[in-house]
Amino acid sequence: MVREWPGWWTRSLPDLADPFARAALALDLLAVDPGLGGLHLRARAGPVRDRLTARLGHLDEDAQRLHPAMTDTALLGGLDLAATLASGHRVDSKGVLGRPGALVLTMAERTPPGFAARLCARLDASRDNVVIALDEAAAEGEGVPAALSDRLAFSVDLSGVAIGAIPALPEPNLADARRRLARVIAPADLPLQIAELTMAFGIDSPRAALFALRAARAHAALRDMSIGSDDVEAAVALTLAHRATQVPELEEEAETESAPPQDPPQDQSGPDGEDDIPQEMLIAAVAALLPPDLLNATPKVLRGATGDGAGAMRQGNRRGRPLPSRPGRPGSGARIDIVATLRAAAPWQTIRKATARRPGLQIRAADLRLHRFQDTSDRLVIFAVDASGSSALARLAEAKGAVEYLLAEAYARRDHVCLVAFRGTEAEVLLPPTRSLVQTKRRLAELPGGGGTPLAAGLQLAAQEARTARRKGMDPVLCLLTDGRANIALDGTADRQRAPQDALTIGKTLIGLQTLVIDCGTRPSASLKELADTSAAQYLALPRADAARLSRAVSDALG
Amino acid sequence: MTHPFPFSAIVGQEDMKLAMILTAIDPSIGGVLAFGDRGTGKSTAVRALAALLPPVTKVDGCPVNSARPEDVPEWAGLKDYRLVEAPTPVVDLPLGVTEDRVTGALDIEKALTLGEKAFEPGLLARANRGYLYIDEVNLLEDHVVDLLLDVAQSGENVVEREGLSIRHPARFVLVGSGNPEEGELRPQLLDRFGLSVEVTSPRDVETRVEVIRRRDAYERDNSAFMLRWQAEDAAIRERIVAARRAIAEIEANDRVLTDVAEICLALGSDGLRGELTLLKAARAYAAWRDDTAITRTHIRGVSAMALRHRLRRDPLDEAGSGTRVARVVDEVLA
Repeated sequence: MVREWPGWWTRSLPDLADPFARAALALDLLAVDPGLGGLHLRARAGPVRDRLTARLGHLDEDAQRLHPAMTDTALLGGLDLAATLASGHRVDSKGVLGRPGALVLTMAERTPPGFAARLCARLDASRDNVVIALDEAAAEGEGVPAALSDRLAFSVDLSGVAIGAIPALPEPNLADARRRLARVIAPADLPLQIAELTMAFGIDSPRAALFALRAARAHAALRDMSIGSDDVEAAVALTLAHRATQVPELEEEAETESAPPQDPPQDQSGPDGEDDIPQEMLIAAVAALLPPDLLNATPKVLRGATGDGAGAMRQGNRRGRPLPSRPGRPGSGARIDIVATLRAAAPWQTIRKATARRPGLQIRAADLRLHRFQDTSDRLVIFAVDASGSSALARLAEAKGAVEYLLAEAYARRDHVCLVAFRGTEAEVLLPPTRSLVQTKRRLAELPGGGGTPLAAGLQLAAQEARTARRKGMDPVLCLLTDGRANIALDGTADRQRAPQDALTIGKTLIGLQTLVIDCGTRPSASLKELADTSAAQYLALPRADAARLSRAVSDALG
Repeated sequence: MTHPFPFSAIVGQEDMKLAMILTAIDPSIGGVLAFGDRGTGKSTAVRALAALLPPVTKVDGCPVNSARPEDVPEWAGLKDYRLVEAPTPVVDLPLGVTEDRVTGALDIEKALTLGEKAFEPGLLARANRGYLYIDEVNLLEDHVVDLLLDVAQSGENVVEREGLSIRHPARFVLVGSGNPEEGELRPQLLDRFGLSVEVTSPRDVETRVEVIRRRDAYERDNSAFMLRWQAEDAAIRERIVAARRAIAEIEANDRVLTDVAEICLALGSDGLRGELTLLKAARAYAAWRDDTAITRTHIRGVSAMALRHRLRRDPLDEAGSGTRVARVVDEVLA
C-alpha cells in the first residue's frame, strides 16, 4: 500500500520547492482532513490554474463555485421572491453554504469584508466545508481579506509556474487516507515544536499552529505511517511559511535552540528514535519557502502584506440622500420600495386577474422597485512628505504630528490617510490607506530622515496611490509637504537641473486631483510655486509651522 | 452538532474571560469590546460562555424569547403558550448585514403575495435575553453600529418604517471584537460599550503549546474533552448563579463612590458612563469573588477594562490606554 506511489512522497522536501506540487499536495491534504479550512491560491486564470483546479475532483465531485458579488440569498438561502410572486406561495431558495463540500471562490481578491465574514462564520461553525480561494490579485494592496486567509491552512503562489514545468503527480488513495486519519497519533512533543516554530517566525495567530498539527496528521495518513520527520517538515512548510513575519537567524538560532535545557528533542529520543525531529530541520523547511520579499525587507512591510486593511476595500456605500426608486431585483444591499412596487403593479391588475387563478394582488417580479440612496464616497488624504536632509528633522516631526492630528480628528468625517515619504533616491509608501491610528503611529515612528530630495518620484508614487484609491471608490486628495529643493531626478541620479523638470512633468499628471502644496521651507520657493501652478494645485507657504497649525491649514484648505 | 469549546478550557485571556463573566452576572453593565489579534478565541469565548450559562425558560416559538406568556408580542401570532427550556441565545451579526435584517421589517413575502401587513422580526428580536456577537465590529457600517448601541442601551427595539409601528424588548449583551489595525471605532461608539479588553496572542511557548494541545484534543475527541471539562464549567456556572443572587446585597459605601468619582475625574473621561460602569463592574466583581462589599481591590481589578476606552485620545501619547488607567488608579488609590 505504501510503496504503490511514485517515490516523491518519500522525498517530499525537494518537491515542496515546486509550487504546483505544493498546491496539489495541499488539495490532497484538504481532501483527507477538511478541518484544514482551505487553500489560498494566488494565480492568474490560465492553463496552469486550470490544471490544478482539475484536481479539485479529488476533493469534491461537484465543487460549488462562489463569486464575491453573490447576494446573501444566494449564499445563505432565503425567500425566492420572483418564484414566490409567480406561484403565489412561499418559495425558498437554497443557499450554497448550506451543503458540505468544496467551495471555490473565484476572483477572491475582490471579496468584500461582509462576504468574507459569512464564509468565515461557515468555516468556524462546521468542518464540512473547504474554501479554495482563487486570488487573481495583480496590484499590490489587493488580496483576500485577512480574516479569511487566516482560516485557510495553505497558501500557494502559482504565478511563476510554466505549464511545461508541471511535474507528474501521484494519485493517492484518498479514501483510505481518510479512514486512517483518526488513528494517526502525533508525538507528544510535536505541539511544543510547532509552538516554538511559530514564535521563531513571528506568527501570532494560534490557528497557524493548529493547522500545522492537523496537516502533519493528514500527511501521515496519506503515507500510511505514523508521523515522521517528512510529515512534519511538509506540514510546517505548507502551513507556516506564508504567514512568517520575521526570519529567525538560522545559525545563532540553531545554537541557542539546543543550548537551553529544552529536553524533549534530545532526551526522549532514547525509546523511540523515529519521533525525534531536529528543530533546525523544521526551521530550514519553513525558511526554504519564505516569500522572497520577506528575506530582504524589514518586518514592518509584512504585517500589511498578509491582506490589506479590509476597511480600505470598502466602496463608498454609506447611506445617503434618498433618490427615486428604480426597477430591479432585491439583493443583499437593496430594500424594496413597497409603495412604488404597488404603484407599478396597479395598472395591470384587471388584465392579470383575468388570467390568474388566485385571488389577491397580482404582482410580478418586473414590478419590483428598489430604494436607492445617493452614496458619498470616503475621502483619502494622501500625504507626500519630504523626508530628505534638506527638510530639517524637526520639520519632519511636525509633519508626522500633523498626520496623526488629522487622523485623530478625522473620525467624524471618516477620512482615510495614506503616507508617501521620499528621501535618498526613491519614494516609498510608508502607510497604505488606513483609518487606523494604531497603525499610523507605528509606521510614523519608523519614518527615517536624511538624503536627497527625489520630489518627482514622491509625486509619482502619490499619484499612483490616488489612482488606486479612485478605483476602490474613494475620493483622493493629495497634500505635498516639502521645501521644494528637488535634487534627485526620476531615475534616481543626482541631477539638479533635471530633478525640478521631472517634478514638473509628473506635476502635470496631477491635474484633476485636488492637490495642496505646502512649502515648509524657511523662505518660499519659486520652483514649488511653479509646480503648484503646473498641477493646478493650491499653494501654501508655512514656514516654521507646528503640527497643530499644519493640520489646521490642511483641513481648512481641503474643506 | 459538536458542543462549543468549554469556557473553562480556554487558555489564558483572563481579562476577556472576566469581562464576559461580569456581564453574565450583571447584563446592565453593557457590552464587551474585545480588541486584538486574530485567532485569540474571542468568538470561542462568547459561544462557550453562552453554552455554560443556565438555560433560559421561554415561550415556545416566541420570536423575542419571552419568559412569560403575557410578554409575547401580539404580532407573533402565537396560539399556544407552552414554556420550554432553551440555551441562552447567541446571535451572530455578520458584516454587511442590512438594517432590515437587524431591526426586522415588513414581511415582503406576505405583503406582496397576500397583501398583508406583517412584521418579520430581525436579529435584535432573536438576541433578546441573550448575546449579540459582532466580529470585526470596527468594519461594520456606522449606521448599523449606531442603531445597535441605541437598542442595547434602551433595551427596546423600535421599528417605524413602511407603515409598521412596532416595539419589542431587545435586551442583550453586546459583544464586539475586532482588530484595531484595520480601522477603529469612533469614540462615541467606544464609550457605549461597558467593558473593553485587549486580547493578544500568547507570547510564551508554554501557553501556545497548551492552546494547541487543548484545541486539538477538543477537535479530535469532542465528547471525551467535554467530559473532562464538565466539572470546571459547572463550577463557574454555580459561581455565576450565586453571584447573580448576591449582587443585590452588595454595598458600596461613600468611600468607594468617592474613589470611583476621583478616578474618573483624574482620567478626564467624558460623561458619567465611566463612573456608573466602573461601579457596576466592581459590584459584579465583588459578587463573583463572593465578597459582601465593594473594596478598593475590586475597583483596581476592573478599572482598566471599564475605563480604558473612555479616555480622550492623545495621538502623541505612545503608552497604551490600559497603562494610563493603571497609572491614575495607582495615584488616586495610593
